[in-house]
Amino acid sequence: MNQDSFTEKYQPQWKEFERWLDSKDREIPKDRRPLSSDSVDIPHMYRQLCHHLSLAQSRNYSAHLIEYLNQLTLRGHQHLYRAKSNTLSGFINFVFYEFPSLIRKEWRLFWLATLLFYGPLFGIGFAIQENPELVYSIMPPEQVSEFRSMYDPEAKHIGTERASDDDFYMFGFYIYNNISVGFRTFAGGMLFGLGSIFFLVYNGLAIGAVAGHLIQIGYSETFLSFVIGHGSFELTAIIIAGMAGLKLGFAMIRPGLLSRSEALKRAGKVSLKMVYGVILMLVIAAFLEAFWSSKGSISPDIKYIVGYFLWGFVGIYLLFIGRRRAD
Amino acid sequence: MLDTRRSIETPEGVELGLRLAGPVVRGYAWMIDLLIRFAVYIALGTVFSIFGNFGQGLFFIAVFLMEWFYPVVFELYNQGATPGKRSMGIKVVHDDGTEVTLQSSLLRNLLRSVDFLPLFYGVGLMSMLFNRDFKRLGDITAGTIVVYQDKLAEASDIVKMAPRTPPVSLTPIEQKAMIQYAERVKLFTPQRSSELANILEEVTQEKDEKSVNSLLQYANWMMGRR
Repeated sequence: MNQDSFTEKYQPQWKEFERWLDSKDREIPKDRRPLSSDSVDIPHMYRQLCHHLSLAQSRNYSAHLIEYLNQLTLRGHQHLYRAKSNTLSGFINFVFYEFPSLIRKEWRLFWLATLLFYGPLFGIGFAIQENPELVYSIMPPEQVSEFRSMYDPEAKHIGTERASDDDFYMFGFYIYNNISVGFRTFAGGMLFGLGSIFFLVYNGLAIGAVAGHLIQIGYSETFLSFVIGHGSFELTAIIIAGMAGLKLGFAMIRPGLLSRSEALKRAGKVSLKMVYGVILMLVIAAFLEAFWSSKGSISPDIKYIVGYFLWGFVGIYLLFIGRRRAD
Repeated sequence: MLDTRRSIETPEGVELGLRLAGPVVRGYAWMIDLLIRFAVYIALGTVFSIFGNFGQGLFFIAVFLMEWFYPVVFELYNQGATPGKRSMGIKVVHDDGTEVTLQSSLLRNLLRSVDFLPLFYGVGLMSMLFNRDFKRLGDITAGTIVVYQDKLAEASDIVKMAPRTPPVSLTPIEQKAMIQYAERVKLFTPQRSSELANILEEVTQEKDEKSVNSLLQYANWMMGRR
């Protein structure tokens, strides 16, 4: 068959398929989208179109016709093989089954990240009890005195109520700062895992130095009662962000039988799920930090009790939730 | 190979062609998006400053969302293209040609922070130069590519003429070249179309305008107009 009769014979089919694509195209303004009956057999028409494209290619029809069929087929391909979007049930399944099971499945990475974070934290914290000057090798003196005035038990602002719009200001800041730190800890894994290790160790050292210093000068109650509540979600989330990054790093260093890019693709799918959990946990942490931890009117004893409860909650959640479904 | 056209095979067994976008056009698109984000920050900053500390808190959240999720939202709801990409005529798709999903868009944009290192996409540029599909690290992990959104050129019908059988038999590739010549002859100056036609003087045994006419007649014959 020559090109002209080929075009003449099948053009009506192509036009109909094009009209169907246009009717589904969100790019075209609604009032200009053509109406298309849903009764036409789209998959059949699409297979026909694929057939026509390969015929046109093998028969050396003109470049313009091939390009036209190519673009039409491409649009059809993108429509028909679109992935389904997630639903609410997918979210519930994620929170109550998928996420905690995933962390348990990757327990080696979890403990590695925990060690990389808490190792430096406790190391520098205890070292400062012996040698208080050490804090100045971690952070500049101005920053140390800033932290000191923030948690000074004698200071006027401790025990007084903060205005509620200040709470919201801090909430916004924690969202911005903490989740960005979480994302960077994850993304750093793309540098053969080194970026994640850096952020875990660096944050461990910084937090350990502040905590060690404040405890050593006797501000432990104001400091610990402040951080114990939100720390449960925040510190665990940073560790999981590190896990997700280390997962990428291991895929690059040790791809096994896969090519590096294929190993990365597969690791990326898994670690993204961990990042979803990190986002969720850090939002909860920011909420707690802004609206609970900072409440000066609540006595430290109650804060400790709630804090222990929150740590227990995170622990039980990661250890036990979703186990039954896994069997 | 220096060709930027990639073909992907669909489950139906046909090959689809996609044209990859390189670092320069993607850089321009990124800069346009950067300007848009700055404009939004200035606008939001002005509005939120009315609300004091509460507005400041909102501003932090807005900056956080814009910095990390601006590309994700547009890639998902604007056919794979941020406004910058749209204006440069490029878009993000999976490397099998399908549209991006939430997962792949999030991955490639979260990992952007590493591609950006140490300054202005140093890592990303190196990755793109060493990858045959111009993928930055985020693209490799998410399995995505950035391609041109080709607009189909105006249908160029071949000038209708009395068909004539070519005096010699032509291979398929030669026939294709002749049809393409006939399709594009309207875009040439008369001098250029004659110049090209004169190359085939041996076939047509004619020169200049007459030769052009002969070629168009052959093309009409090859298109099946009898």
